[in-house]
Amino acid sequence: MECALKVQNLSMDFGGLRALDDLDLDVGRNEIVALIGPNGAGKTTFFNCITGIYPPTEGDVLISARGKDRLERINGIKPNKVTEKGLARTFQNIRLFPNMTVLENVMIGRHCRMHAGILGAVLRGPSTTREEKEAVKDSYAILEKIGLAQFVNEFAKNLSYGAQRRLEIARAMATEPFLLLLDEPAAGMNPNETRELDELIKQIRDKEGISILLIEHDMKLVMSMSDRIFVVDYGRKIAQGTPNEIRNNPVVIKAYLGEEADA
Amino acid sequence: MIKLNEIKRAFLVSAWFIFLTFPIMVIRINPVEHIVEWRWKNMALVGIGSFFLSFVWNYLMKQKEPGFKKTETAEKTDTIPPLPPARRIQREKRIYIPALVAIGTLTIVFPFIFSMYQTNIMVSALIYIMLGLGLNIVVGLAGLLDLGYVAFYAVGAYAYALLNYHFGISFWMALPIGGVLGAVFGILLGFPVLRLRGDYLAIVTLGFGEIIHIILQNWNEFSFGPSGIANIPRPSLFGIDLSVHSSTIYIYYIMIGLCIVTIFVVNRLQNSRIGRAWVALREDELACQAMGIDKAKTKLTAFALGATLASMAGVVFAAKTTFVNPASFTIWESIIILCIVVMGGMGSIIGVIAGALVLILTPEYLRAFSEYRMLAFGTMLVVMMIFRPGGFIPDVRRIYKFEGVKSMDKS
Amino acid sequence: MDYFLELFLGGLTRGSIYALIALGYTMVYGIIELINFAHGEIYMIGAFTALIVISVLTLMGMNTIAILVIAGVVAVIYSSAYGYTVEKIAYKPLRNAPRLSALISAIGMSLFLQNYVRLAQTPNFLSFPNLIPDFEFIKPYAHIIGSTEIVILITTAVVMVLLTILIKFTNTGKAMRATSQDKTMAMLVGINVNRIISITFVAGSATAAIGGVLIASHIGMINFYIGFMVGIKAFVAAVLGGIGSIPGAVLGGFILGWTESFATGYVSSDYEDVFAFLFLVLILIFRPAGILGRSGKHEI
Repeated sequence: MECALKVQNLSMDFGGLRALDDLDLDVGRNEIVALIGPNGAGKTTFFNCITGIYPPTEGDVLISARGKDRLERINGIKPNKVTEKGLARTFQNIRLFPNMTVLENVMIGRHCRMHAGILGAVLRGPSTTREEKEAVKDSYAILEKIGLAQFVNEFAKNLSYGAQRRLEIARAMATEPFLLLLDEPAAGMNPNETRELDELIKQIRDKEGISILLIEHDMKLVMSMSDRIFVVDYGRKIAQGTPNEIRNNPVVIKAYLGEEADA
Repeated sequence: MIKLNEIKRAFLVSAWFIFLTFPIMVIRINPVEHIVEWRWKNMALVGIGSFFLSFVWNYLMKQKEPGFKKTETAEKTDTIPPLPPARRIQREKRIYIPALVAIGTLTIVFPFIFSMYQTNIMVSALIYIMLGLGLNIVVGLAGLLDLGYVAFYAVGAYAYALLNYHFGISFWMALPIGGVLGAVFGILLGFPVLRLRGDYLAIVTLGFGEIIHIILQNWNEFSFGPSGIANIPRPSLFGIDLSVHSSTIYIYYIMIGLCIVTIFVVNRLQNSRIGRAWVALREDELACQAMGIDKAKTKLTAFALGATLASMAGVVFAAKTTFVNPASFTIWESIIILCIVVMGGMGSIIGVIAGALVLILTPEYLRAFSEYRMLAFGTMLVVMMIFRPGGFIPDVRRIYKFEGVKSMDKS
Repeated sequence: MDYFLELFLGGLTRGSIYALIALGYTMVYGIIELINFAHGEIYMIGAFTALIVISVLTLMGMNTIAILVIAGVVAVIYSSAYGYTVEKIAYKPLRNAPRLSALISAIGMSLFLQNYVRLAQTPNFLSFPNLIPDFEFIKPYAHIIGSTEIVILITTAVVMVLLTILIKFTNTGKAMRATSQDKTMAMLVGINVNRIISITFVAGSATAAIGGVLIASHIGMINFYIGFMVGIKAFVAAVLGGIGSIPGAVLGGFILGWTESFATGYVSSDYEDVFAFLFLVLILIFRPAGILGRSGKHEI
């Protein structure tokens, strides 16, 4: 299978603490992959390493954008460069720009695909005007797809929780990624919203051809939409496989689902 | 309705403040004649004043509370009707355009209907408008609290003064050179502070401002120390030297021109790719980077642009006063500019203009007030932050209309 | 050698003062992550209150030692009261606001207090009598160190120990540490967070007042503006040592004090005030957590 993301032997140390230990993971083209594990297992740290927020202590992060067959090493580059290369993410605790409008939030996602500099913005020549118009149009189109079009001019902070989560996805999509990293997209959503989210994520994969790697605690959601699942605990990978394999894996049940069943 | 326990509370507050201010407000020592003056009247004033202010405070706090609750409930409901923005802007425009024409006319004829003294004051106010708009980019839009902003103002003023002293460079040459120097200094200052967050940034920039001030004060060979540089020429009009009177008017128009250009530039930038990146940086630095925005570049452009504006204002300042010395560039100058931005409304152009006019003109015309100016500014900063953090004329984000886009999608 | 020793002890004295004020910054920053810009002004108010008390009591013809003690106590009480009030007015309503707002409010408070004292008292310098008696045993070394310096050093040490005991070994101290770790959790386990914050401000202000009285006796002059520069330098000392760390604040104070003392003694006094800022910039670039601070990873 064609590969979108390949992570090899990734380790991350904080001082003396090993948060990630020799992790391998890969996401294929047009695949939905879930990363699960108990709280504190290192899932978000894993995302932060991939997206350049922390430089990993050891290991490689390799990506292959659409249409390219070679893998490109991206560890150690800045978060904004990672985004430019086509990886976009959402955050576990929503990090929108609260005092900007919904549309502007999405337009920020367009930033790295636009070119206007100070001079261009001040003089507002034809290319800048066109670029700006297109950004507005594209952003609006994304909002329509995500189902937030009616809120375009609303401040992001005034949206409902579920809508804010969706806006984060919209904003990430505006950066034209080939791989979307979703950090607990269903957290705090009601069953209805979760079902809609399930639909939305599948649509993003099917219609936009974007691969998806997500961290999620909602097992129903994970099992229903993932092609493959990786399980981590204490920074190590303890299992990987299809939802069915994971469901019946005794190690996983012991380390993770057992706990979850009690909760 | 004032309740009994509120009155009781006010009494307690009043008693507390009488206690608190007793040594400073009531007793005054005269070290020369070794007598102690007891000013009991002040005690009464503090008591009565704090008694009533306690009610005002409580009232304002309560006003703040329901507002807070309102946004909270709004967050929970999913069905917020989209704003009717188009209507609101149209309604504003009907007042907007005649007002603009009136202000424009007044601006043009100002130096001919008012005295030179008034024109001079107006030039100061205009310089502060420019400084305010510059700092507004850094603090209001990009959210970087720069307490050393005055340093760039000094860079411009000294650039003109020194270039003129040593090389006889004229005002019109110094203006762009000052602007470029300002940008260079802005970037030089920006680099080391790129990774600092809000409060550290504030104190480091304050430090930079002070370092520049101290250097100007002490490096006699370079800056002529505390005595400063005098006899800086006023700008000449096509090589003709003007009389003091006409050159004041001339500087007034130069400043008007510079302000208009500044407003134009800031306004264009605000709703551009760059401006949005600044605001996003202010809102959430990490998310901003994760969305593909180069944090370093964005911060540096904000610093550089703010510094350029301050530096150019500095060149005009030097030309206006024909004299510069370090005393004009203290930390308090930075704080006054910050007050202008905060009071007017962070991020809002009209707000900053209004803020500069009010804060600079009021003490000029109310001499009695000028002694209490800094006290009032301090109070204002605190009160504004608590009750109106957006300023009196808050920034409004741009509203986009979408009928066109929708039909385009359908076709 | 004597000159070196003089500068060394001079730096130590100066550093002690910075340390006393830095303690307040570090405690407040540790607990609410705010640079309390008004802290320098609290110290200035301490010095002014002491001067006023001293003047009144001197006219009444009291014994100097008694005057010194009373003035010190009154200064501590008043500074604490000011610190408490400043927190209630300018910071508490902004607890959930963006950090920029609280910072601007702090700057406003600093400006207000300075001008309040300027208008209510005087814009001029006032001479501050040195009431610390000359100790006999110090006479032979008078060219190196004076009794005032000795008192400053001892007081700093005592205050340091007391604060360390307060924070490390009392319940209040435990609650303070908990609050600085996580306010919400502290609240959930039944800690009165507002009260703890108030106590922190009161303790920091009291320490600053002691510093204020001591430095005023040492220098012999005060005006409404003395708090500003010293306040900023003390903050630099706190950052240098590692913000939130009490030994760090003292170490930072000493380092800054020595640097200034030696630089002034051997080079020139013109650029005395520049070192603090150079230190600040360098430390923040190369070791943002400070010398004794621990670097935490940021929450994402």
